[in-house]
Amino acid sequence: MLLNTFFLALREIRRNVLRSFLTILGIVIGVSAVIVMVTIGGGATAQVTDQIASLGSNLLMIRVGQHMGPGQSSTAPSFDLDDAHALYREIPAITAVAPSSSQKVTAVYGNANWSTTTTGVDNGFFSVRNWTVQSGRQFLDSELRSGKAVCVVGATVVKELFGQQDPMDAKIRLGNFSCQVIGVLEAKGQSTFGSDQDDLVLVPLRTFQRRISGNQDISLIQVSVAEGRSTDKAKSDIEFLLRERRHISGSENDNFQVRDMKEITKMLTGTTQILTTLLGAVAAVSLLVGGIGIMNIMLVSVTERTREIGIRLAIGALEREVLLQFLVEAVVLSSFGGLIGILFALAASIGLASLLKIPFIFNPGIMVIAFLFSAAVGVIFGFFPARKAARLNPIDALRHE
Amino acid sequence: MTSQLQTEGHPLVELQGVSKVYGRGTAAMKALRGVNLRIDEGEFVAVMGPSGSGKSTCMNILGCLDTPTEGKYLFKDVEVGALTRDQRALLRRHHLGFVFQGFNLLNRTSALENVELPLIYRGVKVEERHSRASKALALVGLAGWEYHTPGELSGGQQQRVAIARAIVTEPAILLADEPTGNLDTARSIEIMELLTSFNQEQGITIIMVTHEQQMAHFASRVVQFQDGLVLADKANGETL
Repeated sequence: MLLNTFFLALREIRRNVLRSFLTILGIVIGVSAVIVMVTIGGGATAQVTDQIASLGSNLLMIRVGQHMGPGQSSTAPSFDLDDAHALYREIPAITAVAPSSSQKVTAVYGNANWSTTTTGVDNGFFSVRNWTVQSGRQFLDSELRSGKAVCVVGATVVKELFGQQDPMDAKIRLGNFSCQVIGVLEAKGQSTFGSDQDDLVLVPLRTFQRRISGNQDISLIQVSVAEGRSTDKAKSDIEFLLRERRHISGSENDNFQVRDMKEITKMLTGTTQILTTLLGAVAAVSLLVGGIGIMNIMLVSVTERTREIGIRLAIGALEREVLLQFLVEAVVLSSFGGLIGILFALAASIGLASLLKIPFIFNPGIMVIAFLFSAAVGVIFGFFPARKAARLNPIDALRHE
Repeated sequence: MTSQLQTEGHPLVELQGVSKVYGRGTAAMKALRGVNLRIDEGEFVAVMGPSGSGKSTCMNILGCLDTPTEGKYLFKDVEVGALTRDQRALLRRHHLGFVFQGFNLLNRTSALENVELPLIYRGVKVEERHSRASKALALVGLAGWEYHTPGELSGGQQQRVAIARAIVTEPAILLADEPTGNLDTARSIEIMELLTSFNQEQGITIIMVTHEQQMAHFASRVVQFQDGLVLADKANGETL
């Protein structure tokens, strides 16, 4: 009987293609809106997470100074190399340390010049910040020790200075000294905060201190915390050690700050997730409106088909058979709308994702949910018109014009 | 009031002191006032009377579409008034066939599918459904018209489809409410001849409401209604 009813319903839908299409339009729009919003939102969240992971997970950044209000300035002393070594030595949870110092410098090659950030680093920087050398190599220990004039350049610098040329072994000018390019970094793209991560030149720390800054200061120490070790514990250990080394008494505030990338990750993904949920909720409202549209059409259809219902009842259809027929019709219609909506949403999400340059992540869960929801819309909003149809008095229904 | 002939047959349906009241209180309208009527198997009964005489109400009760306010309606010794809505639907499904004045076919649905409809509710398998529906259409002279929709058929043809739909289940009783009301005389006579042949050749009991004397002549018995009561009930001389 159920299969029979299903075919009866299909026949009804086929008999009135235009009306059926208009009926499901609301569902199509609702379902595809929900899926597109959630898919795009998921893509954006994944992108943020990816970018932060590319900075290096378990990353702690230690900077000089403290949170300042407007008009205040920091007079805190810089770190030095001994601080970095002490951290590595004293805190077992730290697997890598990358002391660094940066300065804005104009890089020149031939006729091209480009203002970029030059950072003095040691090889720890590559592992701590998840940088991969795409071609060439990292620094040799001898180069680091002697402060040789060599550099590893980021993708943006390569593009601006060399264009299509091969940068390997070329000599570029950084401020007032020239150095040889020994490696090119793999591109990372834009950071979550909107800055270009690939716009940098790396030189050995000693080279930087001698040729560019002229002092022994280190402005930033980045450390990796071992996988599975608490970053909070590492953070408090670092704070304790540095307070001691910087002779800060118990009542004074820190004159440095330790930042945990995980906190930033959490905050940012939290924000995008809230946005996704909000957008999804708005889209869900449109799905609800689509459901009311179905109820409307089904009610009209019941009135329009009163005589037909009368014929069916007179012939001997049971109340529940008529109920089932209309219910199945509504469910088939809305499920059909759900299917079209899913196809439409797939196309739209792929298009939008490539337009917004965010990854397209296939999310089968939301499709199943959207489909089930549309079917449920059919059951719920189809029920009242169906019951109205089934409860008609056959005599009155037959007389209906 | 009943003739000798009827007591010999087996009683198929019987109304015992049936009244029907519509509305309540001062607005109450008594459509039937204690009707007694017995119809036997194989009869062809024409029910006549002016409008408002209660003949349609009587048909609705006989067709199990309505229940009496007072009195008993026995269908094959079963009291219909005591049945639930669903039980009455099943009774219609298995024992009754309906033909209406307005044909009442499903629009945009082929003649074959219209005739198949009662078989669907009986749960008959597709192949058997097709062959039985085609046979029924052939019986009413519409072989070759299976895939035409009501919109493509004349009034007479539509009524034939409706008759095919009513007899495809081989019902015990065929109830026809003004079956020729929307047709011209030539078409009406064709329909009446068709009904007569089903009555005589297949032994289907037919109860027909009509206001045309000419059509009533085809029946074997004429029941005259007036003011909710049976005024006259006599065998038709012509067909006896």
